[in-house]
Amino acid sequence: MNFILALLQKEFSLELKRKSVIAGLGLYLVSMVFIIYFSFALRQNLITPLVWSALFWITILFVAINTVAKSFIGEKRGLEIYFYSIASPLMILFSKMIYNFVLCLILSLTGYFLFILLLNNPVNDHLTFLLTLLLTSLGFATSLTLLSGIASKANNSNILMAVLSFPVVISVLLVAIKVTKNCMDDLDPSVSYRPLLTLLAIDALVSAVSFILFPFTWKN
Amino acid sequence: MKTSGWKILCVVLLLYTAVAGLLLDVPRLNIVNETIRALYFHVPMWFGMVFLFSMSLWHAIRYLRNPSIETDIHSFEYATVGLVFGVLGIITGMIWANYTWGSPWHGDPKQNSAAIALLVYLAYFILRGSLSNDEQRAKLSAVYNVFAFVAMIPLLFIIPRMTSSMHPGNGGNPGFNAYDLDSKMRLVFYPAVIGWILLGYWIASLRIRLKLAEEKLNELEHEKNS
Repeated sequence: MNFILALLQKEFSLELKRKSVIAGLGLYLVSMVFIIYFSFALRQNLITPLVWSALFWITILFVAINTVAKSFIGEKRGLEIYFYSIASPLMILFSKMIYNFVLCLILSLTGYFLFILLLNNPVNDHLTFLLTLLLTSLGFATSLTLLSGIASKANNSNILMAVLSFPVVISVLLVAIKVTKNCMDDLDPSVSYRPLLTLLAIDALVSAVSFILFPFTWKN
Repeated sequence: MKTSGWKILCVVLLLYTAVAGLLLDVPRLNIVNETIRALYFHVPMWFGMVFLFSMSLWHAIRYLRNPSIETDIHSFEYATVGLVFGVLGIITGMIWANYTWGSPWHGDPKQNSAAIALLVYLAYFILRGSLSNDEQRAKLSAVYNVFAFVAMIPLLFIIPRMTSSMHPGNGGNPGFNAYDLDSKMRLVFYPAVIGWILLGYWIASLRIRLKLAEEKLNELEHEKNS
């Protein structure tokens, strides 16, 4: 347990050291929201709730893929061997997952804030929506971390990351979009419990499989 | 030459499917009418696809437990033939939808999840293509095979049940239900499913034998040169 904490601490301190990466991700998010803002110019009335939800989830998806992708792709070869000698693969995966989860959550909350600021806010049921953001961040972190490990071994890893992740995260996204629509229509939160539970189940399933499979990608 | 019984069975069943499926009487249902015969050709494609992808998954798991070139070839070839079955399933479904729903692509949840399922395996082939080291390719693609299969479970079996769809047999079972499958149709449908699955297995096993032979030839040539 202490070891995982140490690994987590390493991830965060490394992140704070190379601020350019996290700043790059933030800027990526801001640019995406800005492009959306400019392309609609001042015709805010064109952004119906459904359009808003589509734009929002596309933005979050791309930011999440780019965020998680760098967890293995950016790492140097020698570092991997060093970790291999001191830690078990499960600990490494677990710490990366938690770290990616926190990062995804921060970025999706920022994205939500930017959408409110620059576009509008059609979401009525904030609490359920925030819960959805939490669970989708968890879903992105759990499903994409393993894929990042796979993609980092290939030459064209960035393209591969997007291609591999799309089919896997689509079920998370579909449920999230459904709940978002519930939140916009101001339905009773109890309607969304079942889809949210499904989302949690998907997260659990995907992370369980990741833990089983990760050691195979690690040993080399 | 030794001929296995199941190959004869496969040919007989498929001939029977083609003849009986097109000639036997079918129940008259509104809108669907004669297109109900698609059941003998479209639905078995999905059964075949699921069977072949499951075989691919099984060999991927076998590879992870005990790595060998042979299981990797098995896993890859089953996935290839499964993809062909999936594409045929989508095409036959589109032909059917053109007559009953009025357009080939209707954005129906089932069409969408079928398309996504195919995307998973296309991604699998791209992953294989972009790894140059043989051993690494076998290992990572096996991992992705298992991971993608599990990640598809909610997509194929849970989410379709949560959304409404125009696909026959909706509400519970996403395949078919009792009312469009009367006892006379069963007489053709079950043999058709078995026949198509056997055909898929047959094609895959031929491809595997070819690949294994190629592998052996390479090895012999390598020995000769060294």
